[in-house]
Amino acid sequence: MPFIPHTPEDTSEMLATIGAASIEELFDEIPPELRAGDISGLAQSLMRPEPEMAVARLMQERARADGEPLCFLGAGAYEHHIPAAVWQLATRGEFYSAYTPYQAEASQGTLQVLYEFQSMMTALTGLDASNASLYDGASALAEAALMAVRANRKVKDKRVLMPASVHPFYRQTVRSIVRHQGIELVEVPYDPTGGHTTISALEQAAAGKPFAALVIPQPNVFGVLEEVDSLTDWAHQHNALVIGLVNPVALALLSPPGEWGTQSEKSGGADIACGEGQPLGMPLASGGPYLGFLCCTQALVRQLPGRIAGKTLDLDGNPGYTLTLQAREQHIRRSKATSNICTNQGLLVTAATIHLSLLGAEGLERVAAACHANTRALIARLCEIPGIEPVFDRPVFHEQLLRLPRPTEDILKALAAENILAGFNLGRSYPELDGSLLVCATETRTESDIDRFRDALGRALS
Amino acid sequence: MSQVPSDRVYSDSHEWLMDNGDGTATVGISEHAQEALGDLVFVETPSVGDELSAKQACAVVESVKAASDIYSPISGEVVEVNELLSETPELINGDAHGEGWIFRLKIADPTEIDDLLDADAYGELIAED
Repeated sequence: MPFIPHTPEDTSEMLATIGAASIEELFDEIPPELRAGDISGLAQSLMRPEPEMAVARLMQERARADGEPLCFLGAGAYEHHIPAAVWQLATRGEFYSAYTPYQAEASQGTLQVLYEFQSMMTALTGLDASNASLYDGASALAEAALMAVRANRKVKDKRVLMPASVHPFYRQTVRSIVRHQGIELVEVPYDPTGGHTTISALEQAAAGKPFAALVIPQPNVFGVLEEVDSLTDWAHQHNALVIGLVNPVALALLSPPGEWGTQSEKSGGADIACGEGQPLGMPLASGGPYLGFLCCTQALVRQLPGRIAGKTLDLDGNPGYTLTLQAREQHIRRSKATSNICTNQGLLVTAATIHLSLLGAEGLERVAAACHANTRALIARLCEIPGIEPVFDRPVFHEQLLRLPRPTEDILKALAAENILAGFNLGRSYPELDGSLLVCATETRTESDIDRFRDALGRALS
Repeated sequence: MSQVPSDRVYSDSHEWLMDNGDGTATVGISEHAQEALGDLVFVETPSVGDELSAKQACAVVESVKAASDIYSPISGEVVEVNELLSETPELINGDAHGEGWIFRLKIADPTEIDDLLDADAYGELIAED
């Protein structure tokens, strides 16, 4: 069966209808240099008579070149164990589609998955409502910022305080998305000793002017835990909303954003929580696809982009699921839909839901505890090497920034030659952190992995 | 056809405005507009103290099939909002011209009222819809 639906007859009929003599004439408005007619740049091997086989061979070669390195790299994407059942189930025909069904097409099974996902995300974040996913964690943060500025009716100023301890790639993404909406992102420097955000830095950045929201990363890009309670209280005292940017695995151990702050009636809890769902069952696959999540309090639910699945009973008393409260979806809000986000990451939501169901609350807590314990063991071992020490002195979850006695890029290259991904070079984004390395250990790292890393690093430095 | 009471004026975006005679005016959406929207499930009112200019989007009404902005017909400061709408948005479906009023504002420039449509002109406008 041909995969191109138009026969030559169909094509000529369509061209005749619109009065064009040929495909060339149809496209004559497009300057020739902009057309992709010339594919001579493609590798010769792909031009052979059996292109599918050639492409498959090329991709296998590239995959072999990637190898299966020993990974101590985190910085926003984490290698976790994924039970085999997750993708076995997620790729069943009933779920497996690149396409997200609209209301009228969504099956009860799909709707129930969304409902379960949302229930689990609200339980993890301690908030009232969750949408059914966004593209990734960075765009979820951008949506959270837009949402906070829209929703904060006490403050008209479109300013968002954005700590420098938020992942630099996330900050770039947020900037790209909000810069044409009149929103000002105010950078808050981190404390040079602790790597965290302090109230005095916030006071200075706010400069006495009102702001709509404060972003609080937990843990932050340095792996460091922020003082979320005092930051939340401070933001609420200034009539600003609090956006928690959180790691869902870390939430199994750390207090959920919904409980941040002193919990007084007026001040308690972050208003919005968002983050990257990749640690919940998505493999590391050259950068995607990923899964953004976004949760909020009941008060903000009509500002939440995306869809919410609700559960109800039909006339016969049988449970039924339906999409509801989608005030920012295109078909409800028309031009005021936030980013025309309708396509959610449905398949990844399915995987995350199965992953969380299989682990359960206790399982997720075990994973988080193992990540933390392995990271402590890793740091202890690496700091045995003379010249290596933590850059910041505050507690971390599963990543830590280490100072190295030799240039970071040299170390990364030397360890890559031994098939070890040693970590992330934050000096590329923070010049003052040149000569440091962000390392990470998840529950998948063993004692012998850590020993191998330590030995290889020792050799690279000797 | 929907009722178009003659004791008030209308905007072409389907808000009504009634001059209360004390320097304030009451604003709501027309019977015709609520019919077109269908069952309302949520109303987002402006806040007391908001300074509105004419034709500025200041409220949202959400029905089961759409969400629409409400525009202030004239300029002025919001002095009162209909608090009942937060719990019972269906007041607008039941009585758009009475109980379902949305907000009151202090009239900034009375001449702006002259630019709005009288009942006859508004009746003609919706007859064309």
